[in-house]
Amino acid sequence: MQERHRLGEEEITRELFRPLVTTTPMMWVGFIGLGAVLAIFVFAVSWMFYWGLGVTGLQRPNMWGFMIVNFVFWIGISHAGVMISAILRLTQAEWRRPVTRAAEVMTIFSLMTAMLHPVIHTGRPWRTLYWVFPYDFWRNLWPDVRGPLVWDPSAILTYLTGSTLFLYTTMIPDMALARDRTTGWRRVLYTILALGWRGNERQWKMQTIAGFLLSGLILPVFVSVHSIVSWDFAVSLVPTWHATVFAPYFVIGAIHSGVSAVVTLMALMRWLFRFDHYIRLEHFDAIGRLLIAVGTGWLWFFLLDIFFAIYPQEARELEIMQFRLFQWPFNVLTALIFIFGYFIPVPIWIFQRFRRNVKIMFWTSILVNVGMWAERYWLIKPGLMRKYELTFDWNWYRPSIVEVSIVLGSFALVGFLLLVFSKIFPPISVWEEKEGQHFAQQLQVGKRVVNAIVREF
Amino acid sequence: MPRWGMVIDLDRCIGCGACVVACQAENNVPINTEDVYHQRRAIAWIRLERYWEGEFPNIKARYIPVPCMQCTNAPCEPVCPVYATYHTNEGINMQVYNRCIGTRYCAVNCHWHVRFFNFWEPKWPDSLKNQLNPDVTVRSRGVMEKCNFCVHRIVKAEQKAKVEKRELRTDEVTTACAQACPTNAIVFGDLDDPNSAVSKLLAQAEHEGRVYRLLEDLGTDPKVYYLKKVDIEAAAEPAAAH
Repeated sequence: MQERHRLGEEEITRELFRPLVTTTPMMWVGFIGLGAVLAIFVFAVSWMFYWGLGVTGLQRPNMWGFMIVNFVFWIGISHAGVMISAILRLTQAEWRRPVTRAAEVMTIFSLMTAMLHPVIHTGRPWRTLYWVFPYDFWRNLWPDVRGPLVWDPSAILTYLTGSTLFLYTTMIPDMALARDRTTGWRRVLYTILALGWRGNERQWKMQTIAGFLLSGLILPVFVSVHSIVSWDFAVSLVPTWHATVFAPYFVIGAIHSGVSAVVTLMALMRWLFRFDHYIRLEHFDAIGRLLIAVGTGWLWFFLLDIFFAIYPQEARELEIMQFRLFQWPFNVLTALIFIFGYFIPVPIWIFQRFRRNVKIMFWTSILVNVGMWAERYWLIKPGLMRKYELTFDWNWYRPSIVEVSIVLGSFALVGFLLLVFSKIFPPISVWEEKEGQHFAQQLQVGKRVVNAIVREF
Repeated sequence: MPRWGMVIDLDRCIGCGACVVACQAENNVPINTEDVYHQRRAIAWIRLERYWEGEFPNIKARYIPVPCMQCTNAPCEPVCPVYATYHTNEGINMQVYNRCIGTRYCAVNCHWHVRFFNFWEPKWPDSLKNQLNPDVTVRSRGVMEKCNFCVHRIVKAEQKAKVEKRELRTDEVTTACAQACPTNAIVFGDLDDPNSAVSKLLAQAEHEGRVYRLLEDLGTDPKVYYLKKVDIEAAAEPAAAH
């Protein structure tokens, strides 16, 4: 058993609040670098709004492109927060403590970034706002509830509301802690956010119950969101989209990329904020083991999707499958998805030595997300390029520099928001850390001293 | 209540493109420059497509005019979140330009690719601005548009009939493409009226076994019927060659 550093309460508070008060040079590099990419993003989007969608690479058969692929990708990333915090909270997995906050925040920011995509992708978002918010009920014009584009924002907004509430509930005790230790505008902000938290027994009880209830309530939403996003594709008649396996396939793919993104975030937090005492190697170990299961589940569904295309022997489905498995450039893309999404990372995660190596975990998690982005592209684009046998309508899709900037900018946007968040709020849940310290005990088992979590119910 | 439909006789079609030009003029479709065409963003509510038939060396170039199929169970309709595309009770698949927010899902789910998106602001040369059809909305950037069987002509004829207190006469109204077709390859009319030109033509062609529809097996029940080309050379070739 490895040595565990016992931390005092005061030490935990001081260390976890450190990013709020000190800005390290690396954080400045992050702010400036991400800010620069973000400026390009804003410029690209404005350029697109001004000139019209003509500046993208979209054309007649390829009406959906990079922006929709990126939308699905970010929805996928957003699944990590709930996966990590709700499920692990309900199962009382101890290793969740340092990662819950970051995962939940990532959920919210990636969800917001994802929602931005379908809106800007219409080219004239003010019209979407005009027709949809507030809806034109007084003229008896209702949204078409048969369409997945109505289900989709409903599901995503429910998820956003739920996960924001969930995050906020877990943040209240920390806000009170921050309120008591700050002055100036921060004190005003934290006072408002702490909602008069005094830390008495009744408040703790209510906070705990609310946390559990919200994790329970959010789980069905978490399954439904990506199912509904998959129905954006599955209810259409496009070959290879029109598949019943899409809903669970998208959910498992989302968990795969989302949990990997949490690993990326953990490594970054360790390096940026020097949280070595909190995000420990055993956390990487635990999340690595989870990823083996999730990754293998994803591979199973990936193969199922191919199998379900072959099994009915439908000529058109087979045509597109053949196109995207064996024809350039999709054959390379398929190989890339297989190798990056599974065959490099999972065998590495099998070894504990590698799971406990932060650098290796960081790079494998990046690889998974490169593979998962490619997988979304692979799922969405080939079917659109060669929908049916009307060959005169086939065409390739070549994204323009504007779309590429939007995709890169979306990564910068999430990163930037996360950095800003960690300047204002503690990126690791302070009270959960302390609670963990209370539960942790050292037990004498034979001749060895073992770290254990003891709970009484 | 009429059920509008169209028959396109490929045996008569000579691929002249008169229908495309007539539609362009009738429906205020923007001028497609070479640039826009190469971007694959040209708008043509009815378009002439070419494809190849047979194996080399017995290969033949074929052309086919493709308007909107006006599917009875149109896949483009239920996917629109704002009802910008809907079905009229005369069976026409309509597009409300002012409601369209540009999700382009309808175009993704249209397998005949007859929905066109205004990627750029539509522009006309100054000399052509005065010849825009006042009966048809000029669309703006960011909306979807498509063939609607010249619905303004139908509405006009129906209003006229109403004023004259009579029913719409058989084949009183026709679309711009059908009107312009020099070989009468395109015929438009009421599919439910047994005396209309479309019904008669269909009944006769059905007898000859020439009727088909594009991607019929998707189950969307298109209302544009094609009549097969009568290929004398192919018919002359012995079946044993296969």
